[in-house]
Amino acid sequence: MKKGLKINKTATKDYITYLVVIAAFIIITFMNRGGMLNKRMQGLLVPVCCYIVMAISLNLTVGIMGELSLGHAGFMSLGAFTGVVVSQSLITAIPNDVIRLVISLAAGAVVAAVGGFLIGLPVLRLRGDYLAIVTLAFGEIIMDVINCLIVGHDSEGLHVIFNFRGDKTVADLNLAEGGSAIIKGAQGAVGTKTIATFTAGFIIIMITLFVVLNFVRSRSGRAVLAIRDNRIAAESVGVDVMKHKMIAFVISTTLAGMAGALYGLNFNMISADKFNFNTSILVLVFVVLGGLGNILGSIIAATVLYILPEVLRGLQDYRMLIYAVVLIVVMITTNNPKVRGLFLKIIPKRNKTEGGEAQ
Amino acid sequence: MKEFQKGKMVPMPSTALIPERDLGKIPVLECIHVGIEFGGLKAVEDFNFTIGKTEIAGLIGPNGAGKTTVFNLLTRVYTPTHGTIMIDGQDTKGKTTVQLSKMGVARTFQNIRLFSDMTVEDNVRVGLHNRMKYTTASGILRLPSYWKKEKESHERAMELLSIFDMQDMAGLKAGNLPYGAQRRLEIVRALATEPKLLLLDEPAAGMNPNETGELMENIVKIRDEFQIAVLLIEHDMKLVMGICEGICVLNFGKIIAKGTAEEIQSNPEVIKAYLGNNSMEG
Repeated sequence: MKKGLKINKTATKDYITYLVVIAAFIIITFMNRGGMLNKRMQGLLVPVCCYIVMAISLNLTVGIMGELSLGHAGFMSLGAFTGVVVSQSLITAIPNDVIRLVISLAAGAVVAAVGGFLIGLPVLRLRGDYLAIVTLAFGEIIMDVINCLIVGHDSEGLHVIFNFRGDKTVADLNLAEGGSAIIKGAQGAVGTKTIATFTAGFIIIMITLFVVLNFVRSRSGRAVLAIRDNRIAAESVGVDVMKHKMIAFVISTTLAGMAGALYGLNFNMISADKFNFNTSILVLVFVVLGGLGNILGSIIAATVLYILPEVLRGLQDYRMLIYAVVLIVVMITTNNPKVRGLFLKIIPKRNKTEGGEAQ
Repeated sequence: MKEFQKGKMVPMPSTALIPERDLGKIPVLECIHVGIEFGGLKAVEDFNFTIGKTEIAGLIGPNGAGKTTVFNLLTRVYTPTHGTIMIDGQDTKGKTTVQLSKMGVARTFQNIRLFSDMTVEDNVRVGLHNRMKYTTASGILRLPSYWKKEKESHERAMELLSIFDMQDMAGLKAGNLPYGAQRRLEIVRALATEPKLLLLDEPAAGMNPNETGELMENIVKIRDEFQIAVLLIEHDMKLVMGICEGICVLNFGKIIAKGTAEEIQSNPEVIKAYLGNNSMEG
């Protein structure tokens, strides 16, 4: 009997997460149709979706697997520039935006998956904080590598120059008539046709939720949770630690690549500097404040914390101050047991009848 | 308890490897001159020990004698620097902990190592990891094999939990269980891997006499039902002398005595190891 309750409980929690996302999508779509969103808000819709996917996927590495990754933006960057190159070079071959978008997202995901696999191969064997160090370096390296790339496309196909001396320009690509540059070194991707849509953003969030939630509730997911809880015990019952960590990490980077591809295709110019260490930390902040291992928390934290600075733009200089205060308050109230106890003491006293519900 | 004692106690000559009666077949565990050195310190030395297919054996000795080190050698947490360990007739040379688990060695830990943030049932299901398999892809896509295996593993987990009457606790967080229940859950999790040899590291630690009595019955019951060998480390002499058919005494990494309960109890070496020279004289 109790067993039945438990299954329903975790399943219900998952369904609530799906429902919240679907409801939010419907409400925002109607608000948008009704003209209730201003230009600035409309511009935020796709990036928010991307950052939600980033937060959920990083939560898989940090919250569920229990390994710190400081270079999640690096995988986003891989996805973004792969997506842009694929989309721009297929622009004549596949005029349909939707099909091209799907192919670009898939390509971004695959490249990020390969990146994740190559990073994981040496690092996930080790115990300790090596993943944090290596992913941190990876994020920086990827940024520099893309800053050196000059990529163009013409009737003959792709032209790529790796401009590590900094003396090459787009002219060196020798593009044929009608060809165009896609990535111009440090300028980043320029002249991208923006094909990302809010609906696409919603769909990738749903895909991410589906993959991550189903993974956690499966045999492999339980193995990953077991490794986080007690690695020695997990090995003693025959769980292959390296393999299951690798599966979780590659899923995480794949989803980040997909989010990156959508993000890249949302702007007609984007440079690799956008995906720097600060972006990785920003996503990590979403995950930590949303609660480690808490998927719905990641979604809410990503949405609120990404939109907050924009909403506060009217307050000019004070907005970062308020943003910082909000961060600190959330952090303290959720993580410090003493302060949380204090808050709980103050709040339930006002309405003692509901006191039982507030934890 | 007494019922078990009648049928199950098998007397053995003290000189024999344990057990005498199984030496004709392939023993489930065979340690031949096993030893390990940590930078010159010989933690375990010349460890020779054999356990038959359905044996309950005990490993005792004073603190620091190297008992848990033996378990760590048997499960390849440590790699032995000397000797050979055979499991069910197969050499374990070069094998990993995970491979040892697949070969049929399961263990519990002295300081309980549960997956404390997971539910009781999920703890057991992790134990079923290599017995109820489906691919990660079918898990994510929830293909029919996922539903089939999940249902099977749920049923199997409940069945295993019922050994210790723990079905009602299935949905609870493992870390919130009372101490005794956590110890029992560790045994259930180990059994889920379908072992041939079950290693119990101080299963009765922290249990009251009633719980210990129950545990003794259950260990014998497990052996009878699953037809497996059990090797246990325990300080509770009532438990060791009550159910172990063969006992091995370890002191400073060396075996000082092997034999049945009566033989061990009267062995002067063992008494010396436990009580020391002075207390004997005084």
